[in-house]
Amino acid sequence: MRIRIRFSKLGKIRFTSHRDVARIWERALRKASLPVAYTEGFSPRPKLSFGLALSTGHESLGEYLDVDLRGDRGVDVEELPTRLDPALPLGIDVQAAVPIAPGTPSLQQAVVSCTWRIEVTGQSPAEIGDAVRRAIAADRLVVTRARKGNEVTDDLRPLILSLALTGATNNAVTEDGTELVAELGTQPRGLRPSELLLALGGGLEEARVCRIHQWLLLDGARQEPIPWDGELCGATSAPYAITRTS
Amino acid sequence: MSSIWPQLEPLLPRVQKPARYIGCEDGAVVPEHAPHITSWLLVYPDAYEIGLPNQGLQILYEILNDSPMAAAERSYAPWTDLEALLRPRGLPLFSVESHRPAGEFDIIAFNLSAELVYTNVLNCIDLAGVPVRSAHRSPEHPLVGAGGHCAFNPEPLADFVDFFVIGDGEEVVSEITAVVAAWKRGGRADRDAVLRDLATVDGVYVPSMYEVHYDGPDLVGVTPRYPDVLTRVEKRTIADLAAWPYPRRQLVPLTEVVHDRLNVEVFRGCTRGCRFCQAGMITRPVRERPADQVRTMITDGLRRTGYDEVALTSLSTADFSGIEEVVADTVAPSDDPTACGNVSVSLPSLRVDAFTVGIAAQIQRARRTGLTFAPEAGTWRMRQVVNKLITEEDLYSAVDAAFSQGWRRMKLYFLTGLPTETDEDTLGIAELARNCAAIGREHTKGASITASVGGFVPKPFTPFQWFGQNTVEELGRKFGLLRDAVRRERGVQLKWHDPKATLAEGIASRGDRRIGAVIESVWRRGGVFQEWSEFFDLSLWRDAMEEHGLSIDWYVYRHRLDTEVLPWDHISAGLHKDFLWQDWRDALDHLGLEDCRWTPCYDCGACTGYGIEHIVASAVPPAGGSQGTGQNLAVGGEVPVQLTRKLAGARS
Repeated sequence: MRIRIRFSKLGKIRFTSHRDVARIWERALRKASLPVAYTEGFSPRPKLSFGLALSTGHESLGEYLDVDLRGDRGVDVEELPTRLDPALPLGIDVQAAVPIAPGTPSLQQAVVSCTWRIEVTGQSPAEIGDAVRRAIAADRLVVTRARKGNEVTDDLRPLILSLALTGATNNAVTEDGTELVAELGTQPRGLRPSELLLALGGGLEEARVCRIHQWLLLDGARQEPIPWDGELCGATSAPYAITRTS
Repeated sequence: MSSIWPQLEPLLPRVQKPARYIGCEDGAVVPEHAPHITSWLLVYPDAYEIGLPNQGLQILYEILNDSPMAAAERSYAPWTDLEALLRPRGLPLFSVESHRPAGEFDIIAFNLSAELVYTNVLNCIDLAGVPVRSAHRSPEHPLVGAGGHCAFNPEPLADFVDFFVIGDGEEVVSEITAVVAAWKRGGRADRDAVLRDLATVDGVYVPSMYEVHYDGPDLVGVTPRYPDVLTRVEKRTIADLAAWPYPRRQLVPLTEVVHDRLNVEVFRGCTRGCRFCQAGMITRPVRERPADQVRTMITDGLRRTGYDEVALTSLSTADFSGIEEVVADTVAPSDDPTACGNVSVSLPSLRVDAFTVGIAAQIQRARRTGLTFAPEAGTWRMRQVVNKLITEEDLYSAVDAAFSQGWRRMKLYFLTGLPTETDEDTLGIAELARNCAAIGREHTKGASITASVGGFVPKPFTPFQWFGQNTVEELGRKFGLLRDAVRRERGVQLKWHDPKATLAEGIASRGDRRIGAVIESVWRRGGVFQEWSEFFDLSLWRDAMEEHGLSIDWYVYRHRLDTEVLPWDHISAGLHKDFLWQDWRDALDHLGLEDCRWTPCYDCGACTGYGIEHIVASAVPPAGGSQGTGQNLAVGGEVPVQLTRKLAGARS
């Protein structure tokens, strides 16, 4: 049996790495006594598969994890959030869990885009608004970056699926800067919020960043791996709809 | 109470490994602070990932937070990237739980596990906004304390640390809390008054209550300034480990640290009597934890933490009475249908014999990649000098047993620069490694032996405390000899520690109070994180010695005489100095000494002085135990034979 879990990563714990989160989950699943399946061989590992890595320092309202369970004994998937939460640190909360069918594509393969809330500093909201409008109007946004010692030139424009200052331009300033919401493509490679800011130009810097959705395509329609309508959710939520844990 | 989190948070995206600074570990406590509560900041003066697993610090953290009179938080040396952001903003050292400035605690207490962290201690005091020298502090500043193994020679840090705790801290922390609480109730007026009160607590050494006398370069004595201050500070020793089942809530970090597993201390102290080993000498007598308590701590700990690995810690875990049963119970497949995977056990201190390999085979059923042994020296004569009484046959049979049971790589730890060492002894290291590799090739083509060689640094309260350390050049020459000897050897790798670092460690290890100025100079010139090769800089140490007119020859390379006053003579580890001297003479005569747990007493002083005896559950030595047990190590006695049979059956 395979289950998919959706969870948030908010507050101080955002400073842990993707690998740290994997270790936290391994311990949490053991603490909650879930019958996790292990790999065969010399060094058995629990069969867990995480979605797209979240950069250290970024928060998220929609992280995912697929877990293989042993045997055919059923696990009450409905009660998993309440069973797992006490085993997890503050800031990682299970929002939902569902069984998934065998053969379901992995999260890495299936997710095509992510929606990000990015707080931006370095320029006034009006200037940032102009940069956003220029980026949307552009056909190409070519950025050169160093990758493994080589200079790589990429056109980032196709990976910017949507981009907006949230709310009225002049009201979009939070204590951590001007708030942007962007949907960025993940195939063939994920566009990072920092690369988006580089493409916008003008020395913009990212402050607080939160991944608010991951999207996959189901019969041509955009959908979340696990739809979740908890009260913290929503791309257009006002700033600070989220209770920060730090 | 204040927190610097709002200022710290925006800096964290700019530093490496920001999870070092967020706390939030499972088991962490965010305590309430109040005027009547004595607040402790427990600091491990090295990086978070090194300091977090420290058991001593975690034990005291729990004991203090369990007390209604005390509150404890933790801190670790901020890495240089964060420090570079903190200092220009005027931000101080902080606790990881509530990010409270270090200067707001009543006591800042350091764990001293290694000498090379001393400059970090100064840096942390300074970063706390506290004057680095005790003499410059005022009543509003925190008291600065220190404990741990290096505190047995407190003199190099005597100018910077207000009070030292010598020995086990479990009981004394509460006594210190009471003294400081009374001082706070009285309005914290006079700093000298509280220090003088602390000096009356058993096991507490307050350097400012003592005067140091010199005759030219020679130390004449360290004597109390006041009649009510003890002339000699005896270490504290808890009689019964079973009364202290700590840590009960071991900290589980969110980010990767060393020894990232459940750690259960199975006994404290060691009587093997290895003459280079300070830990074995200063932690006597042996106090075992009852096997049932060990089992409970393992079961509860694994369930609480979610770890799938437990280390049974001590200075020689294979000597624990009933080790086979505890290990067998722990690795046995669980009846619990919801249990996930298998639990693995690690024994951080392996003895070199077939019995140990039997246990290792039992616990490493899956990953038989590497096994580590510590013969310590290359020839039997040299091993008698250091009293690590492993014969070549012991080692070869252990290595043969390990290769035959599936291991392919073995690591052998050695020391070089030992007393009376000749080139023949040094080259014996290469000889042993070569022979072990040859044994390995009888079992597997890919057999690999790594000989890891460290330069020996003599430590206080050991029989080798009188020995003049080898020079950097001499150690370099010996490493060269070894390198040439193994260059063309198939399956033998050689690794060694930087001999330059052994010199700096030697300066701090047996230094007197004058070395404090050297430590301060090294720190003022930026010498922090000296444990780390990327930061270690011997020229800072050489320059500082020269600046203060102190001779490296005199402090490090010179042999001492029995008449000489040693800088730690006013501290007592419970060992009679004449016992240590006799043991030093025996070493020079390459005479080995058997383990006193199961043989007559040598009157080292540790048991008699404290009215405690070795607390060992088993009246007979463990099967296959080495020195003093008189058993055939190659065979390993009855129990390991059974183990081997059981394993053989399970495999076929």
